[in-house]
Amino acid sequence: MVIDLFESVLECGCAAKIPAQQLAGLLKSEEMPTNEFVLVGPSTLDDAGVYRLSGQQSLVQTVDFFPPVARDPGDYGRIAAANSLSDIYAMGGKPLTALAVACFPSDLVRRGALRAVTHGACEKLREAGCVLLGGHSLLDPQVKFGLSVTGLVHPEALLTNSRAKAGDVLVLTKPLGTGVTIMALRAGMASAEQEMTANRSMMALNAKAAELARRCEADCATDITGFGFLGHAMQLACASGVALEVGFDGVPILDGAHGFAELGLLSAAAYTNRDYVGDAVEFDEDVPLAARDLLFDPQTSGGLLICCPPSQAARLVSWARAELPTPAGIVGRVVEASGQPLIRVRKRACALTEITET
Amino acid sequence: MKQTVDVRGLGCPQPVLLTSKAIAVADEVTVIVNSATAAENVTRLAHTKGFSIERVEKDDGTYLVLRRTSQSI
Repeated sequence: MVIDLFESVLECGCAAKIPAQQLAGLLKSEEMPTNEFVLVGPSTLDDAGVYRLSGQQSLVQTVDFFPPVARDPGDYGRIAAANSLSDIYAMGGKPLTALAVACFPSDLVRRGALRAVTHGACEKLREAGCVLLGGHSLLDPQVKFGLSVTGLVHPEALLTNSRAKAGDVLVLTKPLGTGVTIMALRAGMASAEQEMTANRSMMALNAKAAELARRCEADCATDITGFGFLGHAMQLACASGVALEVGFDGVPILDGAHGFAELGLLSAAAYTNRDYVGDAVEFDEDVPLAARDLLFDPQTSGGLLICCPPSQAARLVSWARAELPTPAGIVGRVVEASGQPLIRVRKRACALTEITET
Repeated sequence: MKQTVDVRGLGCPQPVLLTSKAIAVADEVTVIVNSATAAENVTRLAHTKGFSIERVEKDDGTYLVLRRTSQSI
């Protein structure tokens, strides 16, 4: 019998994350063990931790797991692996080894779901040139799967979320809208084509996007996942001490996602992301509610948000169009910080000419 | 025709799904919710479908009264 993992789910995908405000409170109240080798730790809320091994090499480490975001177990494994690997790519690293984290109810294990999920994840690990060393599994009524990935990065290739500079052009390498699309699929309101497009986007590795970031000499990027576009953009703006301007019409959006947002197919996490960002964002009046909601929508295995030097922006866009399997777009620019708001969102897209001339 | 939909305790996307089915056939639908997420989502659905919304807070939940208008689709 065909397994539909959505039938086993309470909350979907990154929508199951603990709200960012609660995590921030925890990080403030607890003094984390650290030493002089920690280059990127918990304080900047970056995608992965970075630990210096030598002047030439640093370790990059991450872990990420979540409930099913796809009906098909193989697709779920592919998406979970692409999502975990993304944190390494978002730091400019090369993934080397992975450990699986798997929580499954016994009947789904008997029916072969865990085997299919692992098979899908292995497919993506092979594509990334990353080996699977092992993992840990538990019997659990709520399915969860993901990976801890370790990689290496040369200090000069390091991408962090804390180096955005005024003038940088913001390029996003995958469309937004995975959260509302997953919700629409669970409601039976999305088409098979919309499902396939969303799955393909979530399964796409961010390896090529990270390569393009290096090629355009960017040293600041982050991947867009559970805290939504604006949550991660705010973390980047805070860590870098800059402000951002976003032009919504330039943001790539999955087919159908705007309509799903209009129908109220939002997860609780979209609203917690909105509360998390709070006054740090200001919308122009003509930005529709569905557009605002999509900018808060929690993403699973989203794209990289690259802060590209303005002189390289045109080249980055043309490379992205030619080489990425997903639609990319210029979504805004970095400006000097001048108090609140940290992020201003207008409706009209930021044109390349406008950005690079000012 | 009037209908009442009780979505208290139901996780997403059930509140939107059940409300959607009700407003497809009824002119006035009272949706009883007990979560902020469900209330926000049902409000978005109602606006998009051109229904007016009256919000009544009661001890046992929030009552959202959705009424068909001339703009309803």
